[in-house]
Amino acid sequence: MSLLDMDERLLDLASLIDLVYSPIMDVKEFPEGVDITLVEGAVANEDNARMLRLVRERTDVLVAFGDCAVAGNVTALRNPIANPLPVLQRSYGPDPSRMPGLHTPDAEVPPLVTKVENLRALVRVDYYLPGCPPSADLIFFVLSELVAGRTLNLQSRATLG
Amino acid sequence: MSVTTLTINGRLVSAAEGASILDVAREHDIHIPTLCHLDGLSEHGACRLCLVEVAGSSKLQAACMTKAVEGMVVTTDSERLRTYRRQIVELLLAERNHVCSVCVANRACELQDLAVSMGLHHVRYEPQAPQLAMDASHPRWIIDHNRCVLCTRCVRVCDEIEGAHTWDVMGRGRQTLVISDMNEPWGDSASCTSCGKCVRVCPTGALFEKGAVATNKDPHFVTYLRMAREQKLWNR
Amino acid sequence: MIVDDIAAVRDREHAARAAQKARIAVCSAAGCLSTGGSAVKDALTAAVAEQGAGTDVRVLGTGCLGLCHAGPLVRVDAQDAAPAMFEHVTPALAVAIVSGVVGGALPAEQRCDLTQPFFTRQHRIVTSDAGVVDAERIEDYLAANGYAALEKVLTEMRPEEVVREISASGLRGRGGAGYPTGLKWSTVAKAQGPGKFVVCNADEGDPGAFMDRSVLEGDPHRVLEGMAIAAFAVGAEQGYIYVRGEYPLAITRLKTAIRQAERMQLLGHRILDTQFNFRIDIRIGAGAFVCGEETALISSIEGKRGTPRPRPPFPAEAGLWGRPTLINNVETYANIAPIILAGGSRFATLGTEHSKGTKVFALAGRIVNTGLVEVPMGIPLREIIYDIGGGIPDGRTFKAAQTGGPSGGCIPAAHLDLPVDYEALAGIGSIMGSGGLIVMDETSCMVDVARYFMEFCRDESCGKCIPCRAGTVQMHEILLKMTRGTADERDLGLLEQLAELVTRTSLCGLGQTAANPVMSTLHHFREEYMAHIRDKVCPAGVCPMHAEDRP
Ligand SMILES: Cc1cc2nc3c(=O)[nH]c(=O)nc-3n(C[C@H](O)[C@H](O)[C@H](O)COP(=O)(O)O)c2cc1C
Ligand code: SF4
Ligand code: SF4
Ligand code: FES
Repeated sequence: MSLLDMDERLLDLASLIDLVYSPIMDVKEFPEGVDITLVEGAVANEDNARMLRLVRERTDVLVAFGDCAVAGNVTALRNPIANPLPVLQRSYGPDPSRMPGLHTPDAEVPPLVTKVENLRALVRVDYYLPGCPPSADLIFFVLSELVAGRTLNLQSRATLG
Repeated sequence: MSVTTLTINGRLVSAAEGASILDVAREHDIHIPTLCHLDGLSEHGACRLCLVEVAGSSKLQAACMTKAVEGMVVTTDSERLRTYRRQIVELLLAERNHVCSVCVANRACELQDLAVSMGLHHVRYEPQAPQLAMDASHPRWIIDHNRCVLCTRCVRVCDEIEGAHTWDVMGRGRQTLVISDMNEPWGDSASCTSCGKCVRVCPTGALFEKGAVATNKDPHFVTYLRMAREQKLWNR
Repeated sequence: MIVDDIAAVRDREHAARAAQKARIAVCSAAGCLSTGGSAVKDALTAAVAEQGAGTDVRVLGTGCLGLCHAGPLVRVDAQDAAPAMFEHVTPALAVAIVSGVVGGALPAEQRCDLTQPFFTRQHRIVTSDAGVVDAERIEDYLAANGYAALEKVLTEMRPEEVVREISASGLRGRGGAGYPTGLKWSTVAKAQGPGKFVVCNADEGDPGAFMDRSVLEGDPHRVLEGMAIAAFAVGAEQGYIYVRGEYPLAITRLKTAIRQAERMQLLGHRILDTQFNFRIDIRIGAGAFVCGEETALISSIEGKRGTPRPRPPFPAEAGLWGRPTLINNVETYANIAPIILAGGSRFATLGTEHSKGTKVFALAGRIVNTGLVEVPMGIPLREIIYDIGGGIPDGRTFKAAQTGGPSGGCIPAAHLDLPVDYEALAGIGSIMGSGGLIVMDETSCMVDVARYFMEFCRDESCGKCIPCRAGTVQMHEILLKMTRGTADERDLGLLEQLAELVTRTSLCGLGQTAANPVMSTLHHFREEYMAHIRDKVCPAGVCPMHAEDRP
């Protein structure tokens, strides 16, 4: 949503980039040879981990986008409860029949990982863009810099939270 | 009063006798980051953010606790010091559950401000995610140990300014915890006068008012109180 | 009592001894007591009584006889024969020993060879009274010329002369940092004002170290005498001994010794009938490692939380309750009386250029003779380990020696010929420390050793300053990952950066030295780290090398 807050500046960017993959696009497979990928969210289940590794493999510049990707943030709040079962029980109650597919994961519902991790814990991250959410100005700045092929230096522009 | 002359970052500056390097630097608009220091309270020397280089000494010195001495040559900013300071803030962020986005002190937090000023955008250390309890037994305030950086400002303001000594520190290492009275619920404390000073000096969201966002933080009232008491002046 | 009375006590003791046929010394340090030493002592005493040898044979409980792994140890000094020592003594053997003493022929079994290098290569100054003095009798200590140094100081010397003598000896603090003792004394002596204090640091917190304990248990008067001389030299009237609560025997013996010395006017008011007053009280610590750090120790004695504060001001300027305070280690004080009696320059002939005298080490780990040894400074490490220590057992090979405990480092085989002195050890990334010496063979993993010491520092950090409190947690986290085969090279980089941070920015010595075991093993055994990180194998076969669920 913060992306959209960039308003008309989106149009400037649109002329410079070629959007090849996004949750709101109907593309099944993450393409190869991507220049820049903004990855949002932390790694909370096994599918997230698989996807992240794939993205890393196929991307030149990987940006951890937002506090969850950068630091785990709210997603990682469950870590002190550790092992997924108590986490699920905390949300759905003690009765396993009330969490079909969650308690016994299948292809549709990937198993939760024991510990939610930020992106850095699994792959090399090129840039960190903190914020919950990151401000539109900041996103615009980052994208403009990266599209122009410059090395990103956020200095004191960004803040966690 | 005699005057001391010393060099800070290549600038010749003068200081009142007995002043700390931090005092002198601030007087001359030279910024040194701090966390445990608070004007009006005794020095604690524990956060290590104010460490500076002093020529002729191989050890870094805490600016808040080191007296300015005639002829001293001080460097408050260098690549090495910046790296250390950033690492220290990074360590704090990994130590407890500093989830800024869901913290009452978001955007009103000295820890967050330090991270911003140091250009710290992510933490490389393993988040410890300890499971620490909150104490909401006091009618007006809450202590959330998950946000505490153990600066002991609350302990010192309560002891030195309010004279109640409700707060103290228990345990050691990563088990260190701020406690009220003999580790009893804050709400049951017989010594707490409910003055709220601790809440106002707390640099983070560890001490906060129920139902409010942490806008009532105003640690600088301590200087005013001290001065007013010493000079018997009570109009702000 | 005055000097003449003390001399009379000495004479009586000497006369009694001359009349005795033999003295049987049982090691009564905690090590031998734990293997049945007190039953042996009881058996000896009973056998002596039973065989009616009460006036001829004296049984005494003494300080550590050294060869701890062979305890309980019993030493026999007969009037007309060379000394003999027995190992692994049982109450039955004790009876046989007494019969032997009475009958003139000692049992042949379980004899300890007193001509082996373990005994002959040692140089005993601090531990010279072990085997000779009964730790619970002041008369024994007096007979061994005890309190003669105090007498000399009080009757013949001025305080400045005492300080000068200690400076001339070149003695350096045995508590770890090796600060010149004479310099420290002169700072305190020069400090203005009344109400100075003398403190003995008997907190001994290094894991596996027991040098100070054995001195306190075996020769408590030696420490009291050293403190009294120090008090005279710096102008103090009150002393404290800060002992850890885990040393109940040392505490009991110290209490006894203080009572005895007070009764003989060797402590308290008008000592030896001079103008000099000096009282010693005991303060018991709760076993926090950090309370051995001098500013934390002061805070603890004052009844506050035992956390360090930045120095300066040093305790010598502003210590206990803000007064100038002299703090020295147990072994440092135990060296004082011998220095005064022999003269500083005589003491200084022993050792190397900047490290004088002897050092007591507690040998532990993969070494044949585990126990307590006292060696001259400058002795090559090889000699301690192979000659005195008897080498590595089970046909294995030496890998490293760890000195200085959690603040020290590992010395690899390439440096075995290093002379043991402060500068040489520091030069290769270790420290002399307080005297723990742990020997490791190829079955030890250096990454795991570093992890072990980091765990210790993490748990013992007082929690005051951020770099130490949180930095040790993260360093341990990374080392743990290495031992589980889940660390990568980024982690190694982080570890090295953290080691620098914690060393440079921590408030006190605990944090400032906490990374030493990591840095020294990284320096000398880097390939072992790389094996864990790159190849995911532990060459020593110690580490699990697989991820385990967090506890
Ligand atoms: C963490 C830490 C623990 C220490 N523990 C001891 C100890 O157990 N015994 C001791 O004598 N010195 C210990 N020291 C050293 C003391 O701070 C102090 O330097 C010493 O007692 C001075 O005596 P010395 O000059 O005779 O060595 C420790 C230092 C640190 C930093
Ligand atoms: S509660 Fe706040 S003021 Fe008190 S020690 Fe923690 S962070 Fe500091
Ligand atoms: S270095 Fe460690 S032990 Fe020393 S003050 Fe800091 S936290 Fe406490
Ligand atoms: S401000 Fe000086 S150490 Fe914290």
